[in-house]
This record gives sequence, C-alpha cells and structure tokens, in this order.
Amino acid sequence: MLRALPFLAILGVGLATPLSDNEYWALIVTRIAIYWVLISGLNLIVGYAGQLAIGYVALFALGAYTASVLAAGNATPEVPAFAALGIAGLAGAVFGVVVGLPALRLRTFYFAISTLGFATIVTQIALAWQPVTGGGIGVPGPALPAPFDTPWGLLYFCLGFAALCTWITANIANSRFGRALVAVRDADVAAEATGIDKARLLILVFILAGALAAIAGGLFASLQTYITPDAFTFELSLLFFISVLIGGRGSILGPLLGTIVLTLLPEVAAPLAAWSTFLYAALLLVIVLAVPGGIAALIDFRNRKPLPAGRVIASRPEAIQQLIAHTATPDTLSLRGITLAFGGVKAIDGLDLDVKPGQIHGLIGPNGSGKTTTLNVISGYYRAGAGTMTLGGRTLAPGRSTDRASHGIARTFQTPRLIGEASVLENVMIGATIEGRASFLEAMLRLPRHRRDEAVFRERALLALHAVGLDGVAEVRADRLQHSELRFMEIARALMLRPAFLLLDEPAAGLSHDEIDRLASLIRAVSDAGTAVLLVEHHADLIFAICDHVTVLNLGRILAAGSPAEIRSHKEVVSAYLGA
Amino acid sequence: MIASILASGLAVGAVYALIGITYNTMFATSRVMSFTAGQLGMLGGVLGSMFILKLGLPLVVGLVLTLVVCALIGVLTEIVAVRPVLKSLDQHLYVLTTLAVALLIQQFTAIQWGTEPQPFPRLLEAGSGLLDEKYWLPVVTCAVTIIGLEYLYRRTLVGHAFIAIAEDNFAARALGLPERNLRIASYALAGVIGGLAGFSGGQLLLAFFANGPLLNFYGFIPVALGGLGNNRGAVIGGVALGLFQQAANFYAGGIFASVAVFSLFIIVLLAAPQGLFGATASRRV
Repeated sequence: MLRALPFLAILGVGLATPLSDNEYWALIVTRIAIYWVLISGLNLIVGYAGQLAIGYVALFALGAYTASVLAAGNATPEVPAFAALGIAGLAGAVFGVVVGLPALRLRTFYFAISTLGFATIVTQIALAWQPVTGGGIGVPGPALPAPFDTPWGLLYFCLGFAALCTWITANIANSRFGRALVAVRDADVAAEATGIDKARLLILVFILAGALAAIAGGLFASLQTYITPDAFTFELSLLFFISVLIGGRGSILGPLLGTIVLTLLPEVAAPLAAWSTFLYAALLLVIVLAVPGGIAALIDFRNRKPLPAGRVIASRPEAIQQLIAHTATPDTLSLRGITLAFGGVKAIDGLDLDVKPGQIHGLIGPNGSGKTTTLNVISGYYRAGAGTMTLGGRTLAPGRSTDRASHGIARTFQTPRLIGEASVLENVMIGATIEGRASFLEAMLRLPRHRRDEAVFRERALLALHAVGLDGVAEVRADRLQHSELRFMEIARALMLRPAFLLLDEPAAGLSHDEIDRLASLIRAVSDAGTAVLLVEHHADLIFAICDHVTVLNLGRILAAGSPAEIRSHKEVVSAYLGA
Repeated sequence: MIASILASGLAVGAVYALIGITYNTMFATSRVMSFTAGQLGMLGGVLGSMFILKLGLPLVVGLVLTLVVCALIGVLTEIVAVRPVLKSLDQHLYVLTTLAVALLIQQFTAIQWGTEPQPFPRLLEAGSGLLDEKYWLPVVTCAVTIIGLEYLYRRTLVGHAFIAIAEDNFAARALGLPERNLRIASYALAGVIGGLAGFSGGQLLLAFFANGPLLNFYGFIPVALGGLGNNRGAVIGGVALGLFQQAANFYAGGIFASVAVFSLFIIVLLAAPQGLFGATASRRV
C-alpha cells in the first residue's frame, strides 16, 4: 500500500536509532514515540471530531501516576509493570469519558474548559496527596522487565506500541466511525439525519483516547524513571494539542510529522528552549489564521490539481431501481394536527398530511408558510407542540432526529450540508452509517465484518454517484464542488439509506434549466422504485410536472390540497401564491 | 472557622465573579468566549506588583497604569484573535486564537517577570485579621463594578448600544450602530474589569504568571452556573463557588475541594446546560 510508505519510512528511521550508538537519541526517539501514542488518540478527538481538548496532559499525568504508584506499591501490593500499565489505561479510559461529558451536549468551549480544569486539579492532587504520590518529591516510575529494561529495549517497545497505535487509529479514521466523527464536526445536523448518535460515538473515542493517553503516561514514567508534578506542565499539553493542529485536521500523517517536529525543535535549537511555549503559541495563531489546513493540506497534492471546467451532471435514473431495490414494503407517513409555535408565532397550525408510498407529494406555499418547518418536525429537529406522526402503525417519537434514519427516512437540506474536508465518496458513504454491523472494536482491528461493511458501503456509494451523475468526482474533496453538484451529492447521500421516505428541501434551488430536468427524472425514478417523496419547492413548473399530489400551505395551514391540475386552477392559490 | 470561611470565600468568590463578568463583557458584543479573561486577571496582579512594588509608583498611578495596559491587551485581543475569526463563528476558531493569545501573554510574563510567585503590595494598609483589606477589597471592587456596569447599561447611550449589539447584532448594525467600535470598546472594558479582578485580589493570589489558567477555569464556572452573558448570574455563581470551595478546603482538605469543585462543574453542565439562570437555545436548522 502506497499510503503506508511514509509511516514505514518514519518507523524505519526510528528503528535505526541504535546505529547512532548514542543513548541521548534513544531518549529523544522514545519520547517522540510515547508522545505519539497519546497524540494518535487525541488526533481522533481534535483532528477528526473537532473537539478542542486542550488539557490532555491531565490524562497523561493520571496514567503516569497510576502506573507508578501501583508498581511502587505505595497504596496497594506491588503490581507488575505491565499490569500497572494496563490498569492505568483503564483509569484513563474512565476519566477520558468523565472529562468529555460536557462535549456530548455543549458547545466546544465548555469541553476545552473542562479539560483545562481537569489538568489543574490533577496537578494539585499529585502535589497534595503526599502519602500516595510522594507530593513534590515524586515517585519512581514502573521499571519494565527484561528485555525492555535498557534504553534500547524501551525504545523498541515504545516504537512497536506507537506503530500499533498508528494502525488502530488509522483504522478508526478510515471506518464509518471516523467518517461519522468528521460528519459530527462539519455537518452535525446532517449527521443526525443519517442516524449518527454523537454522544455514543464520542464516548467510544474518549475511551480509546483516554486509555492511550494514560498508557503513554505510564511509559513516560518508565522512561523518566522518576516523576514529579513538575513534569506535567500545561506546556506539554500544548505540545500535544498543537501537534495535531499543525499536522492538520482529518489526517494521521500530518499530526505524526507535527509531533516529530515539535518534539525535536527544542532539542535542535537549544537557545530557544526557554521560548519554546511562546513559539508554540505563536505558531498556533499563525496556523489558525493563515494555514488552517496544516501540514496535511500542504502535502495533499491530489486536491491541488484543478478540476475540469464545464463539468456536466449526467444523471442516470435507470440505475436508481438497482440502488434502492426495496426489501420491505413502505408505509404511509401521516401527520395529524401538528402544531408548532416559535414564541407567539404559529409556524404550523394544525397540519394534517399523508405521504403515500410511490407518490411524489409536493409541498408549496409562500415564504414563511411552514414548509421547511414541517420537514424539520418530521425529521425530529423540532418537537411539535401538539399532534401525532405515524409511519404505518408506528409512532414517530417527536424531537428524536437520530432515529429517523432507522425508520427509513432520509432527507436533503435547503443549504447543502456537506462535509467539506472529506471526499465526495466519503460524504455519500455517510448516508448508510446505520447499516454498519461491525463494532468499534472490529473496525479498530480491521476484522472481516468491518471489511465487509466497508466493501458494501463503497460499492453502493459508487452506484449512487453513478446514478446521480457524479462518478467523475468521487475522490475530490467535497468543498471543491459547484453548488449544483452539492445538491446532487446530497441526494446521493440520502439514497444510500435506500429510504422508504425521501424529504427534499428545495432541491432545484440554484440549478440550471437542464439540471432541473435531470433532477425531475431522478425524483421520478426514486418514486417509481417505491419510495415516498415529500418535495418542498418554489419552482412551480417542477412541482406540477412530477407531483402526484400537491399541498399548499399558507401561514402554517393548508390552503388547498389535490392533484396538480386542481391546484393550478384553485382560485385562492393562484391569487395568493402562483400569480395570474 | 465559619467567619474565616466567609471572609476568604467571599473574597475569592468576588475575584471569580469579576473574571466571569470579564468573559461576559467580551461575549456580549462578539459571541466569543475568550481565554484571555484569566490572563487579564493574572496581569492585574503582576502589573500591580511591578508598578507599585518594583518601580515604587504611588498606588493611584500604579492602578491606572495597570488598567490602561490591561485595556490595551483587551483591544489587542480583539484585533488579533477575535476580528479575523468572527466570520466563521460556528467553527469555533476563536477558542484556538484566544488560547494562543492567552498563552503568548502568559509565556511572555513567565520569561520577563519570572516563574516564582511574588508578593503583591498592601494597598490601603487597612484592617487586620478577618477584616483585612485583602478580604474585603475584591468584594468592594466587585460591588462597585456591578453597580457601574448597571449604570452604564441602563442609563447611558453607549450602554444601550452595547445591549442592542448583544441582543441582535444584525439589527443593531442595520440601525447604523458602529458595531466594530463598540466591540473594541467592550474588549477594552473587559480588560479593565479583568485587571481590576487581579489587582483587587492581588494580595490573595499574589503576582504569579500561572494564575491565568486557574482563573480561566474558576472564572468560567460562575458563567456556566449563571448562564452565558448574565452578569448577575455570574456574581451569584462566583460567590457561591468561592464559599463552596473555601468550605470544602477547611472541612475536607485541598484535594477534596478541587475534586468537589470539578465534579460540581461537570454535574451542573450536564443537569443545566444553559446555566441556572439560563438563556434559551438557538435554532440550528
């Protein structure tokens, strides 16, 4: 695999360190390996999930002290070094989740502060809990048994473990879990519609990153042979955090290079050592403001090539049947008496609506009449004040946006919700996330079930792109596409679910005349395949050309409903909305 | 015992509340939570000690100089770390830029001022024991600040403009309010309040470069408790936190106190994400 080459080259250089016959280099390379063990996990949190964990040194310190105290037998009988490292990993997993709890519900500043707070209290505890931690005097680190008890032995062990961490975190990053993390970061609303449960996902990642951070701490204590609270400064935390950002979001190689550079920098330029944190901070500012993509963007040559101009979206409606091919018979979606008010304004006022399988149901009306709001109630982004929603016989729980995908409801948005830094193919693959069968652990170790999932996703996503006519740009970063292509990409993502219901929110907005025609035949094909379509649109021509049934809303109420022909001749509709 | 818990709890609580107000003042005009809030508090202590003890300037001159420098730092934060990222607020880049500026301030201080805590001068030579100035100065400062802010926001034109910007940025700009200048002014004001927090609490916290992250954390808890942008909530939250922390310190020791404060923080965030005196959530879709 070509992609593994840079990693193998770096590992090779590390393994060749003994040739220098200089134990100082053994120390430096071991330290890089240990830092990378932590940063590889942190990378999933910061680089992929976009959660700003600035105080991860706390978990590093926690692991170092847990392993050291257990191995030294300060509070318990002496524990063998490897067992102590394992227990430290467990402690790190637990506290990784505790510190991460605010990230599950609140905006990211809260999480940054909670990790910062944890970092301050861990140091305070290490200082104050003298009988166990030795206070300011410190405690000896766990000594690994032979053959890892020499500098070179420890170096090999840490390099091996770091390589393992690279492998497992890369596996997660390239799995549906990794794609879902990026989706939560860049398009959380769309992620909910595809059934991604942010809290569950983040907890899994916090467990992994916490465990890796704590094990790294334990290894660090072995390397130092003796630890005091002074070793775990906020500067160290900063080094971890900035390594990821310098490396670039959504990359494994970038942060690895970042780790190497930042760890070597003070060693190579000794006079700068006192100013190193100042420089890190300045670097952070420069990167965020000037090079937001970091090293990863600089080495991403593939996405520098200009895309061909004058691209045409050549959709192939005939492929839709093969793509959707329903197994279960779709049911009717019924809304009864739905009411929703924002403050004193009634956005929807007692709405009844039935969307039948195989039917294209148009929802039109002036701006502010409650069309998109209706979609958002169905999608569970808003909780209706009164009324019921049923699908066949089952009730749709109000306000539960993440369970709609499991009911077979897919949707697109008024403004395309793209995951800009992921490829078009990955953007589309997100749509089938809930069908993944492999667990987090299976994905981490690339077990057969995970590989089967990936193959299915990939094949279906390519088919979906083929159907909507974007197969030429599958590997391109999504934020490089034109607006019209993004609209079709969103449709491909929604079709990944093989939905029983498809909600389209102004899919024709911003499209050219030809593109609207292609869109029309695509929607028709989706409906012919048995999927019920609810279409919100302002293009009256499109609505009347393809809809089987049209509902006209005005001020949150139904003004008229019926076949396109009836609506077109409806007096009030013509005067209120369509115009003479 | 109770008396000393009250005295020290109210004192540190007032400092936390002031840092909370510093966060809120910046948040009001920019929707940005800035990591420089804690550093401004740290600078209040370090600069006060430098001007008065090291350079031997009179109290009033030292105070004014401290506040002027802090106000300038506030303005600088706005220009360097806030304005460039305001366009993409939803990406939370401000967390990174303000953190970077906060660290630049902290490291510069560490290198130029030293990494050891240094004494802060007695300001008024007033009181002793539990009535020592070090206990009541932060409380008085906090009270004066809150009264001053209430007056500013309710009685002056500039204050009304601040509120207009905080309530609805777009509408305020459409009315022709000089949004950028008001934002700069609010960052200068935040600098002054943060500086006051550190200056009035200097005798408790000392002139120590590492106070920043500590104040960032303990100053944010009142904001989380009281709800973003709610100054009265921040004062109540700050005093409650100070008393809780000092009581836990006296009765159960330092380790337990830190753990208890951290756990309280997490629990409040989970139970009442909008804060106890909360505001409403915004629409996302």
